[in-house]
Amino acid sequence: MNRKSIHVVGASLAGIRAAEALRRRGFSNRIVLIGDEPHLPYDRPPLSKQVLAGSWDADRIQLTKPEKLEDLDLDLRLGVRATGFDLDSRTLATSNGDEVVDGLLIATGARCRTLPGTEGMGGVHVLRDLDQAMALRAALDAEPERVVVVGAGFIGAEVAATCRERSVEVTMVEALNTPLARVLGDQVGEICAEIHRQHGVDLRTNVGVARVEADSEGRVANVVLTDGAEVAADVVVVGIGVVPNTEWLEGSGLTIDNGVLCDGTMLAGPGVTAAGDVARWPNHRFDEVMRVEHWDNAIEQGVHAAERLLTDEVDARPFTPVPWFWSDQYDRKIQLAGRIRPDDDVEVVTGTLEAHRFAALYGRKGKLVGVLGFNRPRHVMQYKTMIEDGISFADAIAAGV
Amino acid sequence: MKIVVDFDLCESNAICMQIAPDVFEVRDDDFLYILNENPDESDRGRMEECVQRCPKQAISIED
Ligand SMILES: Cc1cc2nc3c(=O)[nH]c(=O)nc-3n(C[C@H](O)[C@H](O)[C@H](O)COP(=O)(O)OP(=O)(O)OC[C@H]3O[C@@H](n4cnc5c(N)ncnc54)[C@H](O)[C@@H]3O)c2cc1C
Ligand code: SF4
Repeated sequence: MNRKSIHVVGASLAGIRAAEALRRRGFSNRIVLIGDEPHLPYDRPPLSKQVLAGSWDADRIQLTKPEKLEDLDLDLRLGVRATGFDLDSRTLATSNGDEVVDGLLIATGARCRTLPGTEGMGGVHVLRDLDQAMALRAALDAEPERVVVVGAGFIGAEVAATCRERSVEVTMVEALNTPLARVLGDQVGEICAEIHRQHGVDLRTNVGVARVEADSEGRVANVVLTDGAEVAADVVVVGIGVVPNTEWLEGSGLTIDNGVLCDGTMLAGPGVTAAGDVARWPNHRFDEVMRVEHWDNAIEQGVHAAERLLTDEVDARPFTPVPWFWSDQYDRKIQLAGRIRPDDDVEVVTGTLEAHRFAALYGRKGKLVGVLGFNRPRHVMQYKTMIEDGISFADAIAAGV
Repeated sequence: MKIVVDFDLCESNAICMQIAPDVFEVRDDDFLYILNENPDESDRGRMEECVQRCPKQAISIED
């Protein structure tokens, strides 16, 4: 199918990889890439790691070198925000005016949840984009007495680890019994807790934030917990999850339900696809409608959604990846591939939990559905291939990689 | 075209090997070995894919 033009909204990982895929597929008409940030597309994972640590600067994290970007011949509009879309008239409204589009690829990602009552308070940070990372880094450069991290999810845990590497005192507050219990289960969550404590993090679990108090200048001073404890802090980092950026699509005629709802091929409406953190779709491999907030998914899905715009209905392929992500905390490299649930069968196939170095397989109804590794990157990727191949739990355990 | 890997960044997850097993190999010792440092110019597309898919930004291409 040929199209007169394709508009990609969201100039980050999914958006730029989609634009590149369109050119690779030989699409030579106009590609408009619209992003509300002033920066060229950049990579987010280093923001909580090397950039926050101070070892990498912004120029290290460009997703596509300027000369390559030039070759793509994009109509690149940075600092421009999409404000609305109407499927019937195919009108895309932006902060620069309206225009009628042919193909549309939605890649507006997600933004951080904030802690109610802390809006505008000095010293309270979230971490999603480069400007926020530089602001937090500057706050750490000022050598704070104590950083309170709210939420021990992956971003919170990485921020805590980076702070400790910078010798900053950290208190981390987590509402669950163990960090990441919902994703990794209680047993592995307990290991994460142990690792933080070994590195000197004051980890408080099973407790929430009651309120955050400011001093007379409107800067954070105290975090009061639901158990009554008070923690003095000059920096607070809120890591309590993200929400998909879909407000601009309200009333568009597309289905918005915790993300842009797509069919199994990433089509959200006629000539409209979505990809990355903003997209939700039925992944037939796992019999589950999912929205995946992982780096590799943004790339693969961006490519798929781009190709879908050039493909006729009859030739459309379903998007059925085995999702995976990594998180680096201290000297541990955590990786998870597949979809795991608390009641899955678990078998450690290499290393031991006690050594914090292992690969564990997850089985459901006799099938291999997931693999979790601590400092076992090669193993995780090899077992991921077995999940893709649909092999049985027993065969995976016997395989011995 | 020359393939360069920053081994301080590489975590040996073998993602590049899945794309180009003739160029990259992660062995049982968990180290990455470059089997062909100078792939043919015609292979540039695949090498660029390796660069992009490496989550650690450990691979670069020197012209
Ligand atoms: C600090 C941090 C660390 C991470 N670490 C890891 C990791 O270790 N491993 C891993 O697997 N994943 C990690 N991730 C997740 C990964 O970075 C994301 O999954 C990925 O960035 C998603 O890409 P995306 O293009 O879908 O969305 P985003 O990267 O969120 O990009 C969306 C873009 O669209 C723009 N936008 C939004 N609304 C509009 C609008 N209306 N008009 C125009 N532009 C708009 C946004 O400003 C943004 O630039 C991390 C994320 C963060 C923030
Ligand atoms: S993809 Fe990157 S991190 Fe993984 S083995 Fe290759 S070079 Fe190393």
